[in-house]
Amino acid sequence: MVEKRLSTKTQVILTLIFILVMALLLWWADKGFDSYKQRVLRLIGIYAIMAVSLNLINGITGIFSLGHAGFILIGAYTAAILTLTPAEKEMSYLFGIQPWIKNLHADFFTATLAGGAVAAFSAFLIGWPVLRLSGDYLAIASLGFAEIVRIWANNALTVTNGPLGLKAIPEYSTTWWIYGWLLFTVVFIASLVYSSYGRALKAIREDRIAAEAMGINVFKHQLMSFVVGAFFAGVSGSLYAHWLTTIDPRITTMGPMLTFYILIMIVLGGLGSITGSLIGAAVFAILFEWLRDLEQPFSFFGIQVPGIPGMRILVISALFIAVMIFWQRGIMGREELTWNNLYKWLSGRKKEGERS
Amino acid sequence: MNQGVFFLQNLFNALMLGGLYALIAVGYTMVYGILRLINFAHGDIMMMGVYFAFYTAVIFSAPPLVAAIVAVAGAAGLGFLIDRIAYKPLRNAPRISALITAIGMSFFLESFAVVVFGAVPKPFIQIFKDKTILNKVVMLGGARIPLLTFLVILLTLVIFAVLFLIVYKTKIGMAMRAISMDIPTTALMGINVDGVIGFTFALGSALAAASGIMWAMRYPNVYPYMGFMPGMKAFIAAVVGGIGSIPGAVVGGLLLGFIEIFMVSYFPTMSGYRDAFAFIILILILMFKPSGILGKKSVEKV
Repeated sequence: MVEKRLSTKTQVILTLIFILVMALLLWWADKGFDSYKQRVLRLIGIYAIMAVSLNLINGITGIFSLGHAGFILIGAYTAAILTLTPAEKEMSYLFGIQPWIKNLHADFFTATLAGGAVAAFSAFLIGWPVLRLSGDYLAIASLGFAEIVRIWANNALTVTNGPLGLKAIPEYSTTWWIYGWLLFTVVFIASLVYSSYGRALKAIREDRIAAEAMGINVFKHQLMSFVVGAFFAGVSGSLYAHWLTTIDPRITTMGPMLTFYILIMIVLGGLGSITGSLIGAAVFAILFEWLRDLEQPFSFFGIQVPGIPGMRILVISALFIAVMIFWQRGIMGREELTWNNLYKWLSGRKKEGERS
Repeated sequence: MNQGVFFLQNLFNALMLGGLYALIAVGYTMVYGILRLINFAHGDIMMMGVYFAFYTAVIFSAPPLVAAIVAVAGAAGLGFLIDRIAYKPLRNAPRISALITAIGMSFFLESFAVVVFGAVPKPFIQIFKDKTILNKVVMLGGARIPLLTFLVILLTLVIFAVLFLIVYKTKIGMAMRAISMDIPTTALMGINVDGVIGFTFALGSALAAASGIMWAMRYPNVYPYMGFMPGMKAFIAAVVGGIGSIPGAVVGGLLLGFIEIFMVSYFPTMSGYRDAFAFIILILILMFKPSGILGKKSVEKV
């Protein structure tokens, strides 16, 4: 049976047109939206980078890491320390500051790169012990790593300003920076996944022992995926810090809660699908903002309900459990939304049943 | 204060903290032994148990002992229910799905507590009419040991005695041990597997609630996120002792309690990092002896 496919040239042209259309849409949205909608739009982009990078680790390589918030925190602090000027740092560090940290200064792009690099390096270090484990031990150990990082940020007063956090970080994260980085992230990770490395990663996910028997160096590949994922987590952390403008090491800012949110995005979108992660991130961000109304006072069939703080996390987690029980494949499953799949679907040639 | 007295005080604190960790760790280890599932929500079941006790005492002005019994029963019911609703449908799904669901359940319980009980920490001591109980001390060789510490250690010992009786001397305990070895074969022997799993969840949750109530008496607040850290540390204790083994949970819990208390009191500058110790121990033990102190070595079959 001959499968109908689009030629590579058509695909490239379609992709370029798509990027152009998206850029125009973004330009329009960036100009036309009020500042609240603009912030949500930017948050979607940041969440998307976080989701795609965690998806590379969890969904595609099958390493169940819960340490993403740790890498995001490292990226956020590194970048924020770099973009704050020495004078600003001297003002906000109440417990004194390491001189070498005080004098570090860089522009936003370099700072973001540095955030990614430091996160990647820490992934490289922590990967040696953690990736020797498997399954749920790895999950706990990586969660432990994230907690250690957070506790360190809470205690290393002269480096991170401790529990006070960093304030007055310039709001450099414009729509263009964020979506530019997102484009780079998606292109990079998609190229990785479709290369021979990506095939090896998927083989490891399906059956680690069989992959090893086929001559794949499991540890090396896992480490690479972990480091790449952490790099983009660090980048997203920098963008996040310059979007939030205030960062601190509390559980709710960059602790287990954030990892949980990203986990929801990738599970909702479909573990193992890059386009799924993008959709999941957008759906989550919009849903989460929309549910904000639940925490405001509202009237329900004439009954005045007072605003209940925490309600939206309750709804989100209930929804999440329901997704896990009834709809494990998520929106995309492991499929990707590619031009070929779209074409097949449009021309009604999508065959019934399993496609491998 | 001389060295000996200082040591004695820390010894009792460590025994108490270790015992509390051990009580929670048993719940993790029993569930993991049977289902190979880290019940992430276990620490939060403990938190719910404490709230049950708090509200039973405050609303119905029940005496503390009655409130504690109600709370333990309530937590057992909650544990059973969580297994039925969230974990049972995923018994045959990939193990990672059940783990993700457990994480979701943990956040669900935490936000449930925030919504229903409020995020503000509440003083647990309110459940006692006689509030001086916290201040009573016992003098022991020059050391001032709070009466509460003695009580907690004693109660922990009693609870463990009962637990070992249940697990090693009763029929249901035998069924639990059988299931942890081989589920399909046990089912063929005519044992109601789901019933026994439900019982395991209920038993573990009851112990967690008991531990939580004692925890809240000693560290006297109750708040929605109180279960997270003790839960994590108890899980680490279970791994350190050898997951799946109940004596291992006791050894691991005590070890963790001792390390934490003695590190903090002999190296006070490190006290900010007390929550990080446990995770460092975890990573070390997983690197050098992944099966834990008392655990059996298992080889992955292809």
